[in-house]
Amino acid sequence: MDDIDRHIINSLQEGFPVCDRPYQGVAFKLGLTESELIDRIQILLDNGTLTRFGPLYNAELMGGAFTLAAVSAPQDQFERIAGIINAFPEVAHNYARDHRLNMWFVIATETPAQIQHTLMAIEQQTGLAVYNMPKINEYFVGLKLEA
Amino acid sequence: MYSFDESDLAIMRCTQKGLPLVPEPYRHIAQQLGLTAEQVMKRMVLMQTYGVIRRIGVIPNHYELGYRFNGMTVWDIPDEMIDELGQKIGQLDFVSHCYHRPRHRPEWPYNLFAMVHGKSRHDVDRQIQKISNILGNANGGSEVLYSTRILKKTGFRSR
Repeated sequence: MDDIDRHIINSLQEGFPVCDRPYQGVAFKLGLTESELIDRIQILLDNGTLTRFGPLYNAELMGGAFTLAAVSAPQDQFERIAGIINAFPEVAHNYARDHRLNMWFVIATETPAQIQHTLMAIEQQTGLAVYNMPKINEYFVGLKLEA
Repeated sequence: MYSFDESDLAIMRCTQKGLPLVPEPYRHIAQQLGLTAEQVMKRMVLMQTYGVIRRIGVIPNHYELGYRFNGMTVWDIPDEMIDELGQKIGQLDFVSHCYHRPRHRPEWPYNLFAMVHGKSRHDVDRQIQKISNILGNANGGSEVLYSTRILKKTGFRSR
């Protein structure tokens, strides 16, 4: 990653235009040609510096249901529990965290009823209490990380 | 008021992997869907206006940019103050997500969640101090949960 890549990443975190030749306009501001910009974005995606480029949808407004949930997995069963939870296609993300509640996962389904169903199935299969923490209010989502 | 259009779902499906890296990306999408570029652009602008598209842009890999310390900070805030304080915390430039979530007392007394990101533990400690200063006496207790490993990460599926 060089300075040009950093400029691209910082600039594209601000947004991207909707017009006939959007790369051309952005490239011009960055002192690049359209094809240079496109090639560099492709490389940054391929090498994992960027996880995504494109529209970021608010899936909730598209009709989906979500929750954040956590369990306290005994250390000697951690991998087995992670395997059970990850096997659910409704589990979109799962993170290990350094806390008594050591496994935190996001469930995404089409309907709220399916969230409840998935939570119960996870409780049954793991034998653990699942702490359900659906969002009550959202104050902010988004971030600009200086590259 | 935004009303959902069949073409919106088609556009969403078509861009799930991202925006095409071609000189005319919206025309490219349109061609795949049997629409005109103008129709696609109009719907995408509308979806942005109503927040269905939060923004068009990049999501960097935190780790690749050197942000290796990603902490979920959680706080115990009086319910009657949480909306006001949540808004303030959400405005901090190092906070990526800020939510009000339910407590599970006694094990989990926390109701305000703020994700913070730093290049060092020290960065994150300073960020937490800033949040703590804003919350003042309203802060009934807090913890930071660092992620130690990604166990699963997939894109959200659409219908």
